[in-house]
Amino acid sequence: MSERETMEYDLVVVGAGPAGLAFAMRTKQLNPEITVCVIEKASTIGAQILSGAVIETAPLDRLLPEWRSNPPPVCVPVTKDEFWLLRDHASGTKAPVTPPQMNNHGNVIVSLGALCAWLAPQAEALGVDVFPGYAASEALFDEAGAVNGVRIGDMGVARDGTHKPGYTEGIDIRAKVTVLAEGCRGHISKSLIKHFDLDKDSDPQTYGIGIKELWQLPPGRGEAGKVVHTAGWPLANDTYGGSFLYHLDKDRVAVGFVVGLDYPDPKFSPFEAFQQFKHHANVKGLLEGGTILSAGARAIIEGGFQSLPKVEMPGAILIGDSAGLVNVPKIKGTHQAIASGMLAAEHLVATTLNPTGWDAKLRASAVMSELKKVRNIRPGFNKGLWFGLINAAWETVTGGRSPWTMKNHADWSSLDKLGQYEAPNKDYVDRTLAPRDRLASVYFAATEHDEDQPVHLKVADTSICIDRCTTEYGNPCEKFCPAGVYEIVQDEAGKRLQINSANCVHCKTCDIKDPYQIITWVTPEGGSGPNYQNL
Amino acid sequence: MKILVGYKRVVDYNVRIQVKPDGTGVVTDGVKLSANPFDDIALEEALRLREKGVAEEVIVVGIGPADLTAHLRNGLAMGANRAIHVQTADAVSPLTAARTFLKLIEKEQPGLVILGKQAIDDDANQTGQMLAALWDRPQATFAGKVEIADGKATVTREVDAGLETIEADLPAVITTDLRLNEPRFIKLPDIMKAKAKPIDVIELGSLGIDAADHIKTTHYAAPAKRSKGVMVKDAAELVAALKQKGLL
Repeated sequence: MSERETMEYDLVVVGAGPAGLAFAMRTKQLNPEITVCVIEKASTIGAQILSGAVIETAPLDRLLPEWRSNPPPVCVPVTKDEFWLLRDHASGTKAPVTPPQMNNHGNVIVSLGALCAWLAPQAEALGVDVFPGYAASEALFDEAGAVNGVRIGDMGVARDGTHKPGYTEGIDIRAKVTVLAEGCRGHISKSLIKHFDLDKDSDPQTYGIGIKELWQLPPGRGEAGKVVHTAGWPLANDTYGGSFLYHLDKDRVAVGFVVGLDYPDPKFSPFEAFQQFKHHANVKGLLEGGTILSAGARAIIEGGFQSLPKVEMPGAILIGDSAGLVNVPKIKGTHQAIASGMLAAEHLVATTLNPTGWDAKLRASAVMSELKKVRNIRPGFNKGLWFGLINAAWETVTGGRSPWTMKNHADWSSLDKLGQYEAPNKDYVDRTLAPRDRLASVYFAATEHDEDQPVHLKVADTSICIDRCTTEYGNPCEKFCPAGVYEIVQDEAGKRLQINSANCVHCKTCDIKDPYQIITWVTPEGGSGPNYQNL
Repeated sequence: MKILVGYKRVVDYNVRIQVKPDGTGVVTDGVKLSANPFDDIALEEALRLREKGVAEEVIVVGIGPADLTAHLRNGLAMGANRAIHVQTADAVSPLTAARTFLKLIEKEQPGLVILGKQAIDDDANQTGQMLAALWDRPQATFAGKVEIADGKATVTREVDAGLETIEADLPAVITTDLRLNEPRFIKLPDIMKAKAKPIDVIELGSLGIDAADHIKTTHYAAPAKRSKGVMVKDAAELVAALKQKGLL
């Protein structure tokens, strides 16, 4: 076999999200001589970005001082904030004051996907090479064991691993520094954190899953700029999460639901909880008669301050949510992603591309002090909603100066076994709003994978699914996956796990929540996966 | 021999098409655009002919707004030698496209023009046929197999009854069907190489053709929603239900 083709850059960035693009742009702004490329697995920039998203604009002001004269396509200033506590499917109480972290005065509602698609050409104008449709499948190492680039996945491989007629070998991209900006639970970041034991001094990372739909409402029903958050129903007291409802322009509304993946109920379905929420008396009337424009799901990184791994290693650094910088009480990470990307660029340019010192620089920055201040708020909810709210109030009033730091625990370990968990009365209602089920929802994600390619969800030992999981946990993969990828089917040979990988929306929930930690998400063929519009 | 290839940009085939609320068109904001799949097949076929030594040069042609450049670069990255960008901000009808191609043919004198049989946005399936008529040259549409030898194209066409093989004298127009070939993947280094390839930009207005739209689109509408189905218990109930609707 011939030698793999290679391209060389000073810097290779994995992932064209806000962190990766901000990093690449800032680098070029500081030193146009440095060569930078950005690899993105989505077929087009922004197609696999999913976020609320209400964003703080300060980092964007620094990156692109003139951005307001050429704003991203979806950009609506927040005009009104509401926070509701829902008691059951019919009633709720509006908080007299919005929790301070949720005060969005001065922030804007955007589509983060559209924002990235708007950033990419500006990065290209600065001389960054942006390559959508190519999946970085693994890290490459030099002889000394340092990371020195990434390998692009092969194209045209059949399901059984043989080469199809159009087979094209992926190339190697070699770089002085590899910048991991894959977002939450990036698969190369995950493998490198393990390889270099970067999390040995931090708490386990924790996550949530966010599911979102963009709705077109009947004319005149939208209230552009209105932001509503809720907690409570349809979640049980033991489950952290809540909803968001953001009114965009043109009678469009982004509705979504976030659930902490440390929930204990093995039968719990985040997708169903989201659909239930849409039927709350306060919400259903808003959506009725509207149509879904796009829908999808994505894991969110929630561990924050105490779960932040070491963010540098030989030859590579972590930025944005590859590191894990979401401010959970604010439910915002975009400003942190952009700020960390810019800071990393400043570090690498100042050190002539030396990753050493990046960890210290990030930890000494405003990005980290913001996380430190709120470090105890999310873990407080592990003791239930009410303790969580009171604890959050305390942490907010004291500005996070409590002498203690609460521990985080791995999400997969918090799942109760069947019989161990006593489900409270859920007060679920009959649903009438679209989508009917997860398959109908996947349709709105426009996800596409060539069926004849290797399954990109690797289950190390499928006998565990049948022999142990069915009796111990009742196969929670069938419930937590928002796209219906996992199915236990019964045929002549008996029960077996069927993986409908073509439906996958790349949210990574299975990789996180599976209680035996035998599912590994790897990149499918470049360009595969969801094609979100304005999520 | 030169081969001219039509390379249109359309809303990607994976995208769920949405009609604008006011019915004036379909939503393209924030929507993924990509090459018309039949045009990718046309380009692939042209590249294969060049690789076989039948042609020396493959030129991709796009008609559209200024931002079409990135799309044409994809065609160059796939392997075309150069691109021609006929610039216009207006929608382009099949007749205008055919007239535009005729002008380019007069200038470039290609031995073969390969177009997609239709574009997946308007599904018109007209440009190739119109061009052959205007050019007064043979056409071989819905090609499933193409062989070029001795100044002739032997084309196997996919027709309703099966396969039909015809011979056409060159120069000619060929339009591609789905099974002609499977377009190649673009390799990353080729994207870089494509940046150095030339794109000629020509204003549509400067070609001196009648680009007026002779067909007026009154409005766009989404297909009517299917009404909910009814489950019946058995055949008797089905028959009764059909009778009630006056269908039996």
